[in-house]
Amino acid sequence: MQGVRIAATDLACRRGDRVLFRGLALELAGGEALQVAGANGIGKSSLIRILAGLMRPFAGSVERAGTIGLIDERPALDPHMPLGRALRFWQRLDGAVDNQLARLGLAGLSDVPVRYLSTGQRKRAALARLIGQQAAVWLLDEPLNGLDAHAVALVEALVAEHCRAGGIAVVASHQPFALAAMRRLDLAEFAA
Amino acid sequence: MIGRMGTLLARDLARLAFGGRRGGAMLPILFFLAVAMLYPFAVGPDAPLLARTGGGVIWVAALLAAILPLDRLIEPDIELGLFDQWALRGISEEWIVAVRVLAHWLSFGPPLMLAALPAAALLGLEGAALRTVELGLLAGTPGLAALGVTVAALTAGLRGGTALSGLLVIPMAVPLLIFGAGSLSTGGQGGIALTGAVSLVLLAIAPFAGGAAVRAARD
Repeated sequence: MQGVRIAATDLACRRGDRVLFRGLALELAGGEALQVAGANGIGKSSLIRILAGLMRPFAGSVERAGTIGLIDERPALDPHMPLGRALRFWQRLDGAVDNQLARLGLAGLSDVPVRYLSTGQRKRAALARLIGQQAAVWLLDEPLNGLDAHAVALVEALVAEHCRAGGIAVVASHQPFALAAMRRLDLAEFAA
Repeated sequence: MIGRMGTLLARDLARLAFGGRRGGAMLPILFFLAVAMLYPFAVGPDAPLLARTGGGVIWVAALLAAILPLDRLIEPDIELGLFDQWALRGISEEWIVAVRVLAHWLSFGPPLMLAALPAAALLGLEGAALRTVELGLLAGTPGLAALGVTVAALTAGLRGGTALSGLLVIPMAVPLLIFGAGSLSTGGQGGIALTGAVSLVLLAIAPFAGGAAVRAARD
């Protein structure tokens, strides 16, 4: 993962009539991780979507070098399809890569329709999709929601491995995220 | 790119044509046949009248049947976050909408043309009239599919979007209906050619209008 980078300058975000944050700048190079912290409704998800290029910032700009992988509250898996088929759809688009189902504790769930999975299982399925994508920049919006202690440790380990391999991770979470050398960005400092 | 489009088309067809619990392609076809079956009950067993008006009834029934699947064409994929994930992978909304038009047509155009055979029998359409109806449907259903996907994209995320999209499709489908059903009274060729022309225009617009609508729904 050479030349991986994500940088934002002077970002502002507006939802409806309210400006959520302004004057936000960040820069991450390969191997770095950042936790975006802040109370509910402060704009963590909006920042993630702006960084992903899915939402236009009210002001400022974002530069990206490297493919973007995103996890948010929607797993992007067909609810009526069995998990194995739903994941295979993404594997076909991304090029077949082992998405570590066994490690994520999903190996026995291939035949179960996605809508029957629990919140935590769905989150882990979304992680499997992300791993299969082999994106350089991971943007994770509340990746720990609905996960038990074991799975939380697993996500932290996955993010650590991703950064060690030269990737970037931006984690928006109100929960503590244990990762050595992770920088922290408190959105409250930029609240307008 | 071609491989990715094939993957998308396979998924779209699995959902739209064989979409299991939500009826897939079956429900609109049964609806279409039900209308064709009810019409003789309503107007009475007057064979010449049925034969004269039957082609028009088939066209109206086809138009209404095409409205049924609108709510599952675009909106579920936006809600599930699939369009966002595709965008991150560099697959443009235009491509996805184009593939979706093809899948939607495959899941309701050819089955509708097949169902038109028993419908024509119920209405007493024969020979040349039946051929004109079938050729007209072949020329017109791609336009209906393009229109349906475009309107589904435009109304995705709106409250009451399903009812609204039905109401939006109907006036915009009037040219297809006029030329398609009109080809029956004029005996074919010209009307079918015009139906095909309208279809081509709608097919050309759909990916761009639909793609822009999906992007606009994101903010």
